[in-house]
Amino acid sequence: MESPAEKSVRFLSQVPAGQTVRLVRIAGGHGLTLRLAGMGLVPNVPLEVLRNDSRGQIIVQVKNTKIVLGRGMSEKLEVAPL
Amino acid sequence: MDASGKKAEWLVALAGNPNSGKTTVFNALTGTRQHTGNYPGVTVEKKEGICRIDGRTLRIVDLPGVYSLTAYSMEELVARRFLLQEKPDVVVDVVDASNLERHLYLAVQLMEMKVPLVLAFNMSDVARQRGLEFDLEQLSALLGAPIVPLVATKGEGIDELKKTIVRCAEQVLPVPAEIRYGPELEEAIGKIESVLDEDHPLIRSYGRRWTALKLLEGDSEIQEQIRSPQVSDVLHQVRQHLTAVFKESPEVLIAERRYGFISGACQETVRQTVLKRQDFSDRMDAVLTHRYAGLPIFAVLMYIVFYLTFQVGAWPQGWLEDGFTYLAQLIGRFWPEGVSGEIKSLLIDGVIAGVGGVVVFLPNILLLFLGIAFLEDSGYMARAAFIMDRLMHRIGLHGKSFIPMLIGFGCSVPAIMATRILEERRTRLATMLVIPLMSCGARITIYGLLIPAFFPAPLRGPMMWLIYLIGIGLAIVCVRLLRSTLLKGESVPFVMELPPYRLPTLRGLLLHMWDRGWLYLRKAGTVILALSVVMWAATRYPRPPKDILPAGESQQRRLELDYSLAGRIGKWMEPAIRPLGFDWKIGTAMIGAAMAKEMFVSQMSIVYSISGEEDLERLREHIRRDYSTLQGFCVMLFCLISTPCVATVAVTRRESGAWKWALLQFGGLTALAYLVTLLVYQGGRLVSFLTA
Repeated sequence: MESPAEKSVRFLSQVPAGQTVRLVRIAGGHGLTLRLAGMGLVPNVPLEVLRNDSRGQIIVQVKNTKIVLGRGMSEKLEVAPL
Repeated sequence: MDASGKKAEWLVALAGNPNSGKTTVFNALTGTRQHTGNYPGVTVEKKEGICRIDGRTLRIVDLPGVYSLTAYSMEELVARRFLLQEKPDVVVDVVDASNLERHLYLAVQLMEMKVPLVLAFNMSDVARQRGLEFDLEQLSALLGAPIVPLVATKGEGIDELKKTIVRCAEQVLPVPAEIRYGPELEEAIGKIESVLDEDHPLIRSYGRRWTALKLLEGDSEIQEQIRSPQVSDVLHQVRQHLTAVFKESPEVLIAERRYGFISGACQETVRQTVLKRQDFSDRMDAVLTHRYAGLPIFAVLMYIVFYLTFQVGAWPQGWLEDGFTYLAQLIGRFWPEGVSGEIKSLLIDGVIAGVGGVVVFLPNILLLFLGIAFLEDSGYMARAAFIMDRLMHRIGLHGKSFIPMLIGFGCSVPAIMATRILEERRTRLATMLVIPLMSCGARITIYGLLIPAFFPAPLRGPMMWLIYLIGIGLAIVCVRLLRSTLLKGESVPFVMELPPYRLPTLRGLLLHMWDRGWLYLRKAGTVILALSVVMWAATRYPRPPKDILPAGESQQRRLELDYSLAGRIGKWMEPAIRPLGFDWKIGTAMIGAAMAKEMFVSQMSIVYSISGEEDLERLREHIRRDYSTLQGFCVMLFCLISTPCVATVAVTRRESGAWKWALLQFGGLTALAYLVTLLVYQGGRLVSFLTA
């Protein structure tokens, strides 16, 4: 049985525009993790999804900055409700 | 050192995130006393400038814009190495005050390197508008570094910044605060520190704690340099332990703690008085990156940029043309008797015709770069990359690839240098290799000669567009080919910051434009000048014997060309280029064009013995008489596809780091040009034969 907390974890790519979620984990390599950290994307940071057209890139707002993430990238970011 | 025992020159490094306004601060500090070079061994641009204050000289080095100081990207490595090796007297970190928490992440890493730090809080006016209030004194005490509020675009606070730099360089600085990473991480850092060899040069200059922290972060460069089995063992052990305890890799923990430290410092010192959402940038984005409207708006903006480049640029271009013609006439008229006519010819037919032919395009190039600078400085370029990404992705490139491609319409040389914005090597190489297919400014001379020669006025505009579109279409085909063969591989995940929209300053735009335009001008002064002289000699020597010279000046010049090296090579090549519809005259001109496309027109003028004083219309008449429209089109096609100039080959060699890419580009484009032109010419002949 999955716990409710695990169940609510999903990928950023699945979050519709307008929602704010919390970043849980970056399922990427060392370089990617460090690169995203430099742009403010670290676990527990709130992300507001500004644009998600179900295809193409996603725009998120992190700490006052807008960041464009490729589709592939957004499938590597695990998020959970705030 | 001066009399007071103080050093009169200080080395100052300027650090900061991309989009922090670092360049504006650099320009405000140094004005026009700056120059651009490269960091040793890498193709990262290095800007240096001088700033004088109170009898001291500040040598300011603009570090590449980075988000952090890892070993992940070339820019970050370069910035880090500079700080560690050159040991600047002061490091100024330019921070966007309206976006403090994110920007302080770099500041924290600088603090950890124990560099003498000054924080420049740029865009403090925007921060105020957003309702942010800072307790700078307390924040400065918490971070252990002086803070200077700035509005760099208006020059506010620049004097204070200069004074603070001098004060920091000459006095003992407050020690930057040390970030504590919590008991578990501190224990890990301690363990690593305890096995580090004190005498290792790295540790002697970087310090124990920093080295240990970088090792824990998994920094590849530092790991490579330490290479001690004992350290590796400990490192492996502590990393495993931390990962087991926190279910998170150490580098993520470190990053989290850094942000934690920042947010703690900000909580005490920054107050948000009004809460503003949906600000100006949000509203702009709603329109400019709109799902359906975004692309048409982009197209219109591009149209405006090109309109400015070619329509408005035509006026100053005309003045420059007149100027060079006048100069040539002046030299011709006042040439002192008794001084060799050879030198006169070298000056007029070689140097002025060659260099002048390039310089007349400077207005177009500058206007194009001005337009691009506006798009970049306003923050729109990142949006355009976002809009274009879906399209570019489908071809196998990156959204950002279109920026160098756009510059390629001006000149391939700065365009290939602009591919530096692409992080992934394969994408960068693919972009670099096809940039010459973006029809550059130099080729406009050829279209400008041939299109009016063969096409009636209403068809001229569409013909121009057709040529450009063929180039773009071929570029797409080539990229797909490259990405599925030589440069195969997943494209790098896309992450890019969308900076807030800003109104660019005139000063910033002009400096930005000049930066790139200068590259073009430098090419005119070096490569083109040298080639002009070579081409002039090749079309003039060896000279025919005096006794066979016919009467009449133009007949003489024609015979001289027949006799010359270029004429001979042109004739020798003729069998090879005949299937393309080219004869030896075009072949001769093509030799010049192979080195620089600007040479084509001047070569044709020499072939037809038309001196600079006569206008292009006479040359067009000759060409119309000798060639068909199809042949004219084929010449343009061949010039469009083949490499624009030797400078492009040289810059591709430098930027790709290997001759093989430069040669692949040159050989590939030449072969493609031959093939496409062959198909079009033979196909066209067949059609006209069948319809006749």
